[in-house]
Amino acid sequence: MESSEAGKNPAVDKLRDWDKQAVAEVIEFRGETTVVVPQQHLVRAAEFLMSEPSLRFTFLSDITPVDRFPIEPRFELNYHLLSIERLLRLRLRVRLPGAEPALPSVSGVWATANWHEREAFDLFGIRFHGHPDLRRILMPDDWEGYPLRKDYPVEGFR
Amino acid sequence: MTTKTTVIETPAGPAQPMILNMGPQHPSTHGVLRVVLELDGEIVLTARPDIGYLHTGIEKSCESKTYSQCITLTDRIDYLAPLSNNLGFCLAAERLIGIEIPKRAQYIRVLLTELTRVSSHLVWLGTHAIDLGAMSVFLYSFREREEIMKIYEYVSGQRMMTSYFRIGGLALEPPPDWLDRVRRVVDAMPGHIDEYETLLTHNRIWMARTKGVGYLSPEGAIAMGVSGPLLRASGLAYDVRRAFPYSSYEEFDFNVPTQTAGDCYARYQVRVAEIRESLKIIRQAMDKIEPTGPFRAEVPGIIPPSREEMKTSIEGLIYHFKIFTEGFAPPPGEVYQCIESPRGELGVFIASDGSPKPFRVKFRTPSFVNLQSLPMLCEGRLIADVVACIGTTDIVLGEVDR
Repeated sequence: MESSEAGKNPAVDKLRDWDKQAVAEVIEFRGETTVVVPQQHLVRAAEFLMSEPSLRFTFLSDITPVDRFPIEPRFELNYHLLSIERLLRLRLRVRLPGAEPALPSVSGVWATANWHEREAFDLFGIRFHGHPDLRRILMPDDWEGYPLRKDYPVEGFR
Repeated sequence: MTTKTTVIETPAGPAQPMILNMGPQHPSTHGVLRVVLELDGEIVLTARPDIGYLHTGIEKSCESKTYSQCITLTDRIDYLAPLSNNLGFCLAAERLIGIEIPKRAQYIRVLLTELTRVSSHLVWLGTHAIDLGAMSVFLYSFREREEIMKIYEYVSGQRMMTSYFRIGGLALEPPPDWLDRVRRVVDAMPGHIDEYETLLTHNRIWMARTKGVGYLSPEGAIAMGVSGPLLRASGLAYDVRRAFPYSSYEEFDFNVPTQTAGDCYARYQVRVAEIRESLKIIRQAMDKIEPTGPFRAEVPGIIPPSREEMKTSIEGLIYHFKIFTEGFAPPPGEVYQCIESPRGELGVFIASDGSPKPFRVKFRTPSFVNLQSLPMLCEGRLIADVVACIGTTDIVLGEVDR
């Protein structure tokens, strides 16, 4: 289904050769590769994956936050990368604690991350250091709470 | 050809930029989009899109519904291409469960999503032309779109919120003579497209309003995550149908039209060429679809059994009851499935925790991402060009805000 067979995603080995510390865990599911990256290595790994000539993950498709409440670390962010030149896909995952979740912004690497990170901030309350304009994007500016968190009721607080 | 812009000189004085709110109620923003413009006379200094007026919390709602119930919500994301959204969600769920559906159902899905692309592009063409002052194209393109809506209604019973694709196949067997109706539309369409082209392609006003307007460089497009016709009009032939084929697209012969100019006119050319390519795919699909055969996979406990089986066998009845009351539970894990919607890469991310309801659903909607590039398109240009730039990005606000 995907261009890379299960377990054959070349990006994983490249990333490991570059810095062993950057790969905490590799998950294979349904032909999709997920690399769990420690928070402090995220921006470095992003820059590497983007600029490495044999990979060229220049296209950031999406950033998807998931709230695993009440499990700790509570939040995870999934970065869906695409290499248009090599027709490769890769998912980077960063895990964050429930108390004051914050991590460095990747908007300096992929400009498109700007709105995705604003959305993650708006709906999950995750903060991004170094983001140029971290404001709510979908909800009203004076909204209280973060609606897509698991401890936020579906009907809202009324 | 580049357009000459004449700037009316304003009397000397302390230059103060003016802030102008375009929208949220503005006919040319195609929904409820607000763009905050900072103006120096008629020149746009900065443009900041403000979104969220149509936020309905679809992703949150999905978490409290079973997988099958979520399909009805996907129709309402991009209401101009409901079947593309259905397809994205169903493919993601099918990948999560790990099932393959019958070829016949895959071809029918291809045919209907390509019809959706045609109808969505027709709405785009009509509204974009009306924004730029060409009234008559709208009347013609909506006439043809109506014929496609009638096919939706004939096949699924609904004109807009079709929910026709289900996890494992289709909702029901299409009526026996539906392909004749499709053929009638497909045969008439090339002539209609020629008609639109006589109205626009060499029209001097149309060219003046679109050529050189809203330039997007290939590097800029990639950095902003822009996909679909916008990306292809900037010279990059990335199409999910070709790059990561799904639903048997690898069996179809079609071109990926590209242009290198990266302006509104190039995007117009790409979309018109895409309509013709879609018609090509539809013709091939019509030859591939067999008149009879399964329209749904057979997976006991996950895919509902046929009506016949439900009424005659006790297992069928039990499965039917269980599927429609508590749903089915896919294994825990995450999938990201993307398809080429009329607007670009539509990605559906589903995280399952092994329960019958999705733990998290995320729609990577092309309109949301493409809209982010709007300031790139219109900064430094005239206010009138903002209208052209919004039209050319082909956003659907339901999809932007979800």
